[in-house]
Amino acid sequence: MSAPVVLEVENLNTSFLLPSGEVKALRDVSFQLRRGEILGLVGESGSGKSITGLSINGLLSPPGRVMSGSIRLHGEEITGLPHAAMRRLRGAKIAMVFQDPMMTLNPVLRIGVQMGDALRAHLRISERECRARSVAALEEVGIPAPEDRLNAFPHQLSGGMRQRVAVAIALLHRPDLVIMDEPTTALDVTIQGQILALVQKLCRERGTALIWITHDLAVVAGLAERILVMYAGRIVEDGAIDDVLDTPAHPYTSGLIDSVPSRAQRGQRLRQIPGRMPALTDLPEGCAFRPRCGFATEACAAPQALRALGGLGGRHVRCCHPLIPVPS
Amino acid sequence: MSGAMAHAAPPPGVWRAFLRSPAAVAALAVFSAFCVVAVIGPWIAPQNPYDLAQVDIMDSLLPPGSESWTGMPYYLGTDGQGRDMLSAMIYGIRISLLVGLASGIIALAVGTIVGLVAAYRGGWVDTVLMRIVDLQLSFPTILVALILLVILGRGVDKIIFALVVVQWAYFARTVRGVALVESAREYVDAARGLRLGALRILFGHILPNCLPTMLVVATMQMAAAISLEATLSFLGLGLPPTRPSLGLLIANGFDYLQSGRYWISVLPGLVLLAIIVSANVLGDRLRDTLNPHL
Amino acid sequence: MTEYIAKRLLQALLVLAVMTVLVFFGVNVIGNPVYIFASSECDQPCLDKIITDLGLDRPIWEQYWVFVGNLLQGDLGNSFTHGVPAMSLIWERLPATLELAVCALVIALAVGLPLGVAAGLRPTHWTSRIIMGFSMLAFSVPVFWIGLIMIIVFSVTLGWMPAVGRGDTVEILGVDLSLFTLDGLHHLAMPAFTLSLIMMAMVIRLTRAGMREVLFSDYIRFARANGIRESRILSLHVMRNILIPIVTVLGMEFGGVIAFAVVVESIFSWPGVGKMLIDAIAVLDRPLIVAYLIFVVIMFVALNLLTDILYSVLDPRVRLGGAR
Ligand SMILES: Nc1ncnc2c1ncn2[C@@H]1O[C@H](COP(=O)(O)OP(=O)(O)O)[C@@H](O)[C@H]1O
Ligand SMILES: [Mg+2]
Repeated sequence: MSAPVVLEVENLNTSFLLPSGEVKALRDVSFQLRRGEILGLVGESGSGKSITGLSINGLLSPPGRVMSGSIRLHGEEITGLPHAAMRRLRGAKIAMVFQDPMMTLNPVLRIGVQMGDALRAHLRISERECRARSVAALEEVGIPAPEDRLNAFPHQLSGGMRQRVAVAIALLHRPDLVIMDEPTTALDVTIQGQILALVQKLCRERGTALIWITHDLAVVAGLAERILVMYAGRIVEDGAIDDVLDTPAHPYTSGLIDSVPSRAQRGQRLRQIPGRMPALTDLPEGCAFRPRCGFATEACAAPQALRALGGLGGRHVRCCHPLIPVPS
Repeated sequence: MSGAMAHAAPPPGVWRAFLRSPAAVAALAVFSAFCVVAVIGPWIAPQNPYDLAQVDIMDSLLPPGSESWTGMPYYLGTDGQGRDMLSAMIYGIRISLLVGLASGIIALAVGTIVGLVAAYRGGWVDTVLMRIVDLQLSFPTILVALILLVILGRGVDKIIFALVVVQWAYFARTVRGVALVESAREYVDAARGLRLGALRILFGHILPNCLPTMLVVATMQMAAAISLEATLSFLGLGLPPTRPSLGLLIANGFDYLQSGRYWISVLPGLVLLAIIVSANVLGDRLRDTLNPHL
Repeated sequence: MTEYIAKRLLQALLVLAVMTVLVFFGVNVIGNPVYIFASSECDQPCLDKIITDLGLDRPIWEQYWVFVGNLLQGDLGNSFTHGVPAMSLIWERLPATLELAVCALVIALAVGLPLGVAAGLRPTHWTSRIIMGFSMLAFSVPVFWIGLIMIIVFSVTLGWMPAVGRGDTVEILGVDLSLFTLDGLHHLAMPAFTLSLIMMAMVIRLTRAGMREVLFSDYIRFARANGIRESRILSLHVMRNILIPIVTVLGMEFGGVIAFAVVVESIFSWPGVGKMLIDAIAVLDRPLIVAYLIFVVIMFVALNLLTDILYSVLDPRVRLGGAR
C-alpha cells in the first residue's frame, strides 16, 4: 500500500476533433498506479480503454488530442512534453503492447532487427551487446532457441510466440509502467493463460506497474489487484478486484459480470446488457448508461460525480443509486 | 422486377454531389463544349481544310491573327500547307473524339459480354477468359498498339481496332468483378426463382447494376484512348495524313518548332490537353460520387 | 524458393511461346509476310525468290518451326537499309535506350518517393493536394506533349537545353554512355525527365497509398511505442513495407517505359532502339521492325519474370512460403 506512486492521471479529457463535431473519447478520467501494482481496465468495446493507454504514452494520432488534465510519471508532468522528450520516455519508462499479434510486429523485418532498433532507441551499444541482450530477453519470455528466432520473420512464428516477442520487446528497457492493450484477445485460451502468467510473473519480479486492458472480466479476475470500469469515456467504478467482482456497485459493472460465461449458471443463457453504447459526440449530462439501465430514474439525468464508497480498496462509483450502500 | 430496377437507378443525390465540385463542373462544361464542336464542326469551321480548292499554299505558316489575301481572317494562323489552323483543329477534334468514342463503345461492348459470360458461367470458361485478360493487361497498352499498327498499317478502322484490343480487357475485368458481387446478391436469386431466362437475368438484372462502374471506367478509358491515339498518330502510326487528328496536327507542327512557329503544334496540343484532362477529372469525380469500388 | 522460380520460369516460357505464335500469325495471316520481308523496290522474280527462301510454299506449322528455329539462333533477318543483321543493329542501339530508361527510373524514384511520402504524411495539407494534382496531370497528359513543351520552353525559348541527340559519350565496359560526360548529361536531362513522368506519377500514388496504410498499422504504432526515432521508423520500418509494391509495379512497368521510349526518342532524336523503330517504319525496313517487336516481347517477358523473383526476394512472406 505504501509503494511509491508511479502514475497519476487526473481529470484527463481526450477528444477527436472531427469536422462533424467533437468526439469526447475520455472525460474526467482519474486514477493512480503504484509500483508493482496490476490494474485491470475493463469496459465494452469503444468505451475508451485504448484511448486511455494512447493518451498516457502520447501516441494519439490526429485528430485525437488530450484536451485537458494531467498525467504525471513519478510526479513529473508528461502531458505537453516536446516530442523528443516523450520519445525518450516511450519504451524506456512507459511501454505498450497492442492487441493483434499478427500485426504488432513488422512483417518485413527480422525479429533481431526489430529488437535491435528498440534497444538502440535508448542505448548506444555494440552489435554484439545488442544480440546478447535480445537473446536474453527472448529467453526470459520463454522462447526456445532464441538465437535462431532473431533471424526469423514474424510470420514464421505462431501467434503466441509473436506476442511473447512483443512482450520481450516491451520489457527490454525494464520500464516502470507497461500498458497491455488486450494482448491476448486474439489468442486461444491456453496460450492466453500462458502469456497472462508470464507477464504477471515478470512484472512482479521487477516491480513494474501494469495496466491490463481487456473487455473480458474473466481475464482480469485472476490477474489484477485493482479494477477500473469504463463506460462511454468515463470511469464508472473502481476498487479492489475482489470487492468489485463480489459486490458490484454500478449497474453497468453488474451487467458486465453477468455476461461473463464462467459466472453464468449452467444451462442458463448469458445475460447480455441490452442496447448499445451511445455515440460520443453529443452526450447529455448525467449518466450515459441511463438508457440501458434497469434502475434508471429521473435523478440519473443530473450530472454524476465519482463518489467514494467505504472499504479498504478505496472504492468509487459514478451512480446516484448504487447497488451497495454508500456511507453518508 | 421492380425491386431490381430500383436497385439499378443511381442513388438519389448523385447528380447534386457531382455538381458540388467546381473542378468537375468546369470539366463537364469543357468536355461537352468539345463534343458540340465535334458534332457541328463542318458547319462552323471557316474552311474545309482538306478541300484543296479552299486552301492556298501561299498562305502557309501565317501567325495567328493574319488574313488571307482575300481578306479571310486566320484567327489561329495557318500551317505548312496554308490550312487555317482553327478549321484544322475543329476537324481534328472531330476525328480524335470519334476514334476515342467509337473504340470505347466497341471495347465496352466486347468487354461487357466477356465479363458477363465469365462471371455467369464461371468454371473453366471464367478461368480461360480471365487468363487471357491477365495476359493482355500485363503488356503495356502502347506496346500492344504499336505492334498491331505496325502489322496492320494506318487507317481509321485500324486504329479503332487497335484501341479496342488494348481496352476491352479492362472492361471485361471490371464487369466480371461487379457482376460477381451483384449476382451473389439475393435479388438475382429471387429472379432465378421466378425462372427468368439466363439472358434476362444477365441483361435485366446484373448489367444495370454494373452501369455506374462501367461509366467510370469508360470515361477514364476514353481519355486514355484519345491520348494513345494522339501518341500513335504523332509517331506516324495511327491515322493517315488524309484524316489528321490532333496528334497528327501536332506532329506536323513539330517540324516548325525549332524555327519558332509554335502555334502549329502548341494550339492543337492545348486542345488535346483540355480534352484529356477534363475527361480525367470527370472520371475521377464520377468515381468519387458513384463510389464503385475500383 | 527454387520451386517458385522454376514455376515462374515455366510460365514465362509459356507466355513467350504464345507471343511468338501471335507475332508469327500476325505477320503471316493478317499481314502478307512477303511484303514484310521484301523491300518496296522488289519485283516479281525477287518476290518469288523470297517466297521460296522464306518457305512460304510449305505448310504453315512447318513455317512456324523454321521461324522459331531461326529465332532461337538469334537470326531475325537482315535490315534492308543497313544491310546488316537486324539483331546486331538492335544490340548496337540498345545501350542508349537502356541508359535513358534507367535514368528515367532513377529520376522517378528520386522525385516520386519524397513527394509521395510528403503527401502521405499530411494528406489534407495544400502541398499534398498540389502533389496529387501534379501526379494526375503527369499520368494523363501524353508524353509527347510534355516533351514538346519542354523543347519549346528550354530549347527554343530559353536556349538552355539541347533538343536533339545524345551529346558526347564515353565508352565504359565496352558500352557508349552519355551519363558520364557533362555534354552527355546535358543532352540526357530533358528526355530522361520526360520519360520519367508517368513512372513518377505512379510512384507518388503508390507511396502515398502505402504511407496511409502502413502509418496507421499496429506495427508502426508499436515501433513508436518502443521509442524508435521517427526518422528510423520512416526510413526502415515504413519504407521497407512500401517499397515492395513499388518495386513490383516499377519492374512490371519498365517494359512500358521501353515502349514509351519510342515516343521520347523520336521527339528528342535520341539514337536508341525506339528511334530506330520509327525510322524503320518510315522507310519500311520490315525485318528490322519484326526484329524490334520480337525483341521487345522477349525483354518484356524476361522483365516480368525478374520482377516476380525480385518481389519474392523482397517480401519474406512470399519468399518463405508463409501465409500473406
Ligand atoms: N480515430 C478516431 N476518430 C474518431 N473517434 C475515435 C477514433 N478513435 C477512437 N475514437 C472514439 O473513441 C472511442 C474509444 O475508443 P477506444 O479507446 O479504441 O475503445 P476501446 O475501449 O474498445 O479500446 C470510440 O468509441 C470512438 O468513438
Ligand atoms: Mg481497444
